[in-house]
Amino acid sequence: MGDMSEGGTTKKFLYLNRKASYGTVYALESLEVVLIAAAFEQDVSLAFIDDGVYQIIKGQDTKGIGMKNFSPTFNALGDYDINKLYVEKESLDERGLTEDDLMPLVYEDEDDDWAEKPSIKIVNRAEMADLMQDQDVILSF
Amino acid sequence: MSILHTVNKSAYERNALDSCLGHTKPGDSVLLIEDGVISARAGSVAGDKLAAALGETGVSIYALGADMAARGIPEDKLVDGVKVVDYAGFVDLAAENDAVEAWL
Amino acid sequence: MSSITVDGKEYGVDEEGYLADLSTWVPGIADVMAAQDDLTLTDEHWDIINFLREYYEEYQIAPAIRVLTKAIGKKLGKEKGNSKYLYELFPYGPAKQACRYAGLPKPTGCV
Repeated sequence: MGDMSEGGTTKKFLYLNRKASYGTVYALESLEVVLIAAAFEQDVSLAFIDDGVYQIIKGQDTKGIGMKNFSPTFNALGDYDINKLYVEKESLDERGLTEDDLMPLVYEDEDDDWAEKPSIKIVNRAEMADLMQDQDVILSF
Repeated sequence: MSILHTVNKSAYERNALDSCLGHTKPGDSVLLIEDGVISARAGSVAGDKLAAALGETGVSIYALGADMAARGIPEDKLVDGVKVVDYAGFVDLAAENDAVEAWL
Repeated sequence: MSSITVDGKEYGVDEEGYLADLSTWVPGIADVMAAQDDLTLTDEHWDIINFLREYYEEYQIAPAIRVLTKAIGKKLGKEKGNSKYLYELFPYGPAKQACRYAGLPKPTGCV
């Protein structure tokens, strides 16, 4: 797997996010690694399953818990050419959530006159399993 | 004797809520804090369990408002019967009960 | 913690000179930091500093250099959307120098 492009090999990286944002530091760590690693211009996907779906929920307000609300940073991912965010439908369903409860994350498509397109794709559990099979590297948070 | 039980983990990640609910007595209070509030969302697997516990066990269930807000859970999306408290309400609950038991 | 003095008021900075509390930022801080680097800020510098502050306000991060150049090119014109232009303005590096003047934390992934 992995094809040659200028400057080296492009590999498929999947960042697997399974935790909500503020109870542990995993979610913030994942986002920071994603942003740093974006400089390497690899083929990056983000997966949100289990409580990880809560990372990109709308309307987060952290004033009351004295922690930084880093959810606006997900809006910057498009600028970093990270535009494949897969969210598992079963994980949403179990938690009483729908796609409408998620932030409307978008990117501008360079190859389509910078048209704004959604970055979030809802997939079912079987499709998520296929996505995992299709990767070179899976990083878990 | 009454106990205030605090649960700070999501029911989808740990069995703390299940175990806690299995060890309560009528008159006890359960307070969901941190990722524990995720379990209180209506129309969810954990929310249905909470609703059942409210009906069967004679416990009162509370959720900390600041932790709900951080996780984007509005009050109108809570399981019916779960009451929202602020930090002062947390202190009141701790004072009203004879003991505090943390389900970590 | 060390500090810098602007208009008679002290502002805490970390060991690398970044403002400790970004909510305390005032434009005078950028002027004083620049003066310490023997630099006088022009409108062109301020375009970048203000852009960085707006970007941070919206996304809660300082942009990576390639994201910054792309966004500056889009906002201020193609001739400014390259790292040469930005390095001419901020010889120590736009991320490190301009972000510091703007009161932002050190950019993620910036070594």
